[in-house]
Amino acid sequence: MADASLGQIFLATVLANNFVLAMFLGLCPFLGVSGKLNTAAPMGAATTFVMLVASLCAYGLNWLVTAFGLEFLRLISYIVVIASAVQLVEMVLKKYSPALFRALGIYLPLITTNCAILGVALFQTAREYDLLQALVFALGAGVGFTLALVLMAGLRERLNLASVPNVVQGTALSLMLAGLLSLAFMGFAGLGMGE
Amino acid sequence: MAIPGQKELTALENFMEGVWKQNPIFVMVLGMCPTLAVTVSAVNALAMGVATTFVLVCSALLVSLMRRIVPKEVRIATYIVIIATFVTIVDYLIAAISLALYEALGAFIQLIVVNCIILGRAEAHASKHPPAWAASNALGMGIGFAVALFALGAVREILGAGKLFGIALFGPDFQPWVVMVLPPGGFFVLGMWLLLFNWLRTRSPAAGAMKPVEGHGHG
Repeated sequence: MADASLGQIFLATVLANNFVLAMFLGLCPFLGVSGKLNTAAPMGAATTFVMLVASLCAYGLNWLVTAFGLEFLRLISYIVVIASAVQLVEMVLKKYSPALFRALGIYLPLITTNCAILGVALFQTAREYDLLQALVFALGAGVGFTLALVLMAGLRERLNLASVPNVVQGTALSLMLAGLLSLAFMGFAGLGMGE
Repeated sequence: MAIPGQKELTALENFMEGVWKQNPIFVMVLGMCPTLAVTVSAVNALAMGVATTFVLVCSALLVSLMRRIVPKEVRIATYIVIIATFVTIVDYLIAAISLALYEALGAFIQLIVVNCIILGRAEAHASKHPPAWAASNALGMGIGFAVALFALGAVREILGAGKLFGIALFGPDFQPWVVMVLPPGGFFVLGMWLLLFNWLRTRSPAAGAMKPVEGHGHG
């Protein structure tokens, strides 16, 4: 894995191993924020940014805990650093774009508990990526997340106009839709896996 | 220890809340990521359920014990550190008990940290109630979570592999419905379960106590 080229890592993460649709990471914002297109895209961008920051921090931290033989502290240090990074993004956004800050609402602080972010940090550690590979991986994860979010938002906007039975409405319908989307993404399986 | 009055009844209700009325998966739709990712087989699902329950109960107990010491401003950070500590313990425990299971669950054991059921319980319940109360509620939530995971895992394993707990259920002519153990299957099966619960709810108005599944998960 560690010798995969950057392009392969990026493609595989965006399409074949899409974080949301193939690896089930970050489902909560995926189901929660994907109602409207104009909140989906900024949410994706914010998450991508946090992913890059988290990836960078995680790389440094991993080096640090390994150097001192404190591997059992890895998880705790990752989550604390990610939580602080989210806080930082929140403050910056509040200052420079209050409208966006309000639109994202509760989901912004919840990026902390977005498993996609911690997932990036944990997977890059498990796969022993170097710094550049880790950053490309994080970017791919973010782009993949945004792509899934935007696609889903588009579908759901159309779905609002359709008449569906009462029983199916709500989360059940969103899940079915996500299943179909995931099925479509299965078509990318194997892409970017080349030796 | 707990609130005086009809203690017996409320204690039971407090425990049952998570098992049925506020089931974290089927009613609140929380903690979706581990739910869908690890439920390819019944064994994985149960292991995940037990691991999560352990973290849930321990962290609820500790959060509840510390609820008067922790300053309000840093409470979330404190909770996360507490949760991460217990997850690290579970992570090492599972690796020690069964390496095969550890590899099957992969990063999702560590991702229990960001399971919002746990943080949600810590913030909404454990930080406001005495330890025994908080722990029993957390235990109920954990059991509800484990049962739901098992329901998903069992259906996916039966349909997708024709097995339950690795034992073949059908004859050799059974054609596995492979898509069920692939990622899309997770979405479909969970959607079906939610449909079933929605349908049950609309059929019996008495069960109106369960809130409609309009929510969304986070975490």
